[in-house]
Amino acid sequence: MHQPGRAAEIKAIGIGRNFGTFRALHDLTLDIGRGEFLALLGPSGSGKTTFLMILAGFLPPSAGRLFSDGVDITDRPAELRSAGMVFQGYALFPHMSVEANIAFPLKVRKMAGADIKRRVTDMVERVGLKGHEHKLPSQLSGGQQQRVALARALVFEPGVLLLDEPFSALDKSLRGQMQDEVKRLHEETGTTFVFVTHDQSEALALASRIAIFNHGELLQVGTPQDVYDRPESRFVAEFLGEINMLPLTNVRPDNGSTTGVYEDQTISLRGRHDVSGDAFLAVRPEHMTIRTESAPGENGIAATTTAATYLGSMTKLDLSTRQGTRLSVSVPNEMAARVSGSGNQVWLTWPAERGILLAR
Amino acid sequence: MTRHLSNRTGAALTIAPLLLFLAVAYAWPFLGVVKWSFTLPEPGFGQYRTLVADPLVQSVFLRTMRICIAVTLASVIGAYAIAVVWVRGTPTQRMLAEFCILVPFWISVLTRAFGWVALLSNRGLINTWLQSAGIISEPLALVRNELGVIIGMTHFLIPFAVFPLASAMRSLDDRVLLAARGLGASRTRTFWTVFVPMTASGIIGSALIVFVFALGFFVTPAILGGGRSVMVAELVYLRIFQSPDWGLGAAISVVLVLFVGLLMALLFRYVRPKQLV
Repeated sequence: MHQPGRAAEIKAIGIGRNFGTFRALHDLTLDIGRGEFLALLGPSGSGKTTFLMILAGFLPPSAGRLFSDGVDITDRPAELRSAGMVFQGYALFPHMSVEANIAFPLKVRKMAGADIKRRVTDMVERVGLKGHEHKLPSQLSGGQQQRVALARALVFEPGVLLLDEPFSALDKSLRGQMQDEVKRLHEETGTTFVFVTHDQSEALALASRIAIFNHGELLQVGTPQDVYDRPESRFVAEFLGEINMLPLTNVRPDNGSTTGVYEDQTISLRGRHDVSGDAFLAVRPEHMTIRTESAPGENGIAATTTAATYLGSMTKLDLSTRQGTRLSVSVPNEMAARVSGSGNQVWLTWPAERGILLAR
Repeated sequence: MTRHLSNRTGAALTIAPLLLFLAVAYAWPFLGVVKWSFTLPEPGFGQYRTLVADPLVQSVFLRTMRICIAVTLASVIGAYAIAVVWVRGTPTQRMLAEFCILVPFWISVLTRAFGWVALLSNRGLINTWLQSAGIISEPLALVRNELGVIIGMTHFLIPFAVFPLASAMRSLDDRVLLAARGLGASRTRTFWTVFVPMTASGIIGSALIVFVFALGFFVTPAILGGGRSVMVAELVYLRIFQSPDWGLGAAISVVLVLFVGLLMALLFRYVRPKQLV
């Protein structure tokens, strides 16, 4: 059985789940480390919530095994798993006060009254709900309800805290505040946190690792820097933020690095890749620089500006290459002012190590 | 705003014929009954004084309350179980529950009452079976008493009790139940500490509906009580049709209507009407 207060280490091996003929999750293998903050990221219907429900024990997997601290928990019912869960919409008990909501998991564990009182008081203070103990959930704001849900899910010191789209119902300013709060609670408790989101910026900002899902498959797992800078597929590259895709031809290894051809330019990439022939070169907009003319020995392509969008701190320029590939680049406003007239010929360049090669 | 207003006018026009019908066919004649209660056989509060003092009237009122409370308890508990299956069961179970709820509505109250007599009487099916199985030697008194009335009325009223309960259960967010399980509560604990309290409005609504219906029951108690378990409605009938005591019958009716009115006021106060269906 789980020791309260100790973060759990979870291992999923070959987990699959079908709903009738629909394959919601397929052959997922993933290790979730003790005390890590993992984001399950993907569009809706990608299988991320299905996996969270399987972790919580609310949904039995159709295939695969699940281990917690080395113990097979695949068939263990939800109430014996020691997983705290924060639902989308919070799912507070509407007929119970804030205090009674938070005390619920302790009461079902038959903890002594004085201990319950002490823990609930402590938790109420930690999530900043002092003075609201006797209110009903319906008398609280969305942010406060979120805090009750967090307190209720953490008060019994679960091995893992599961959060299903925890910030989607909050407005933007409150969302940032609650994200900071959740991050702080993660640091304070040291518990393993797993949260589901479809918002890539949220995943990048909060998680220590991100698992990206699409069509029921786990595509890639890694730190935010890993998955953002070194996506392994076109889907991951595009889902994590804007990225420019250039179709390259004649990709081949060349003296410890790799080269490919776009229009009449030879483009070089750092390192060897196991892709050859036709491939995509992906470069994030913020890694591209605009010049008015080409410089020798640099990666670069010619393009024409088509539109400029002022974003405040930066300007986003839309461009088009000779063969019709659409690109976008973020540049400082004063630079944009010089080149943004429609139809301006410019030269786009980027450091070789910023180019990502993806299978076509 | 205009739209809202026109909606309200439309709604008022739609229910107007019903209200008019009720006024002509029910409220107006009832005012006549109220008048009788104060004028027959002579003007004054005499009949109300009798009503309070007469041990027979009092025993009928007490029995009516006793039977109604028992019927309400039995109906709500039975209906709760049916509603749980109807709302949360597998598709087959749901269909079966729906069938059980709807079929009784197609069978007349008389047929059902006589059906129960056939089942419960001394030489009815149940007693015959029990005797031939050697479980009992003398027939059990299942009918022509309060027990028979309670059985028959519960059977009649259970389907009505199901609707407010099912409605409360349907509006319950599944995630709240999952949350309770995830926090460590067993199925049983989740049922008693979360599911039942969260459907409390349905329980109140269902109990009040059954209770109010039960108060005015006439046919079922008359048949299954066999004249020995007279309830208020039957007493009114007896006073007006079988003894020339219209004034007392009228006074009992007035008290009954006031009591039902009070309960309805409670119902609408504590349970929003839209939760009832």
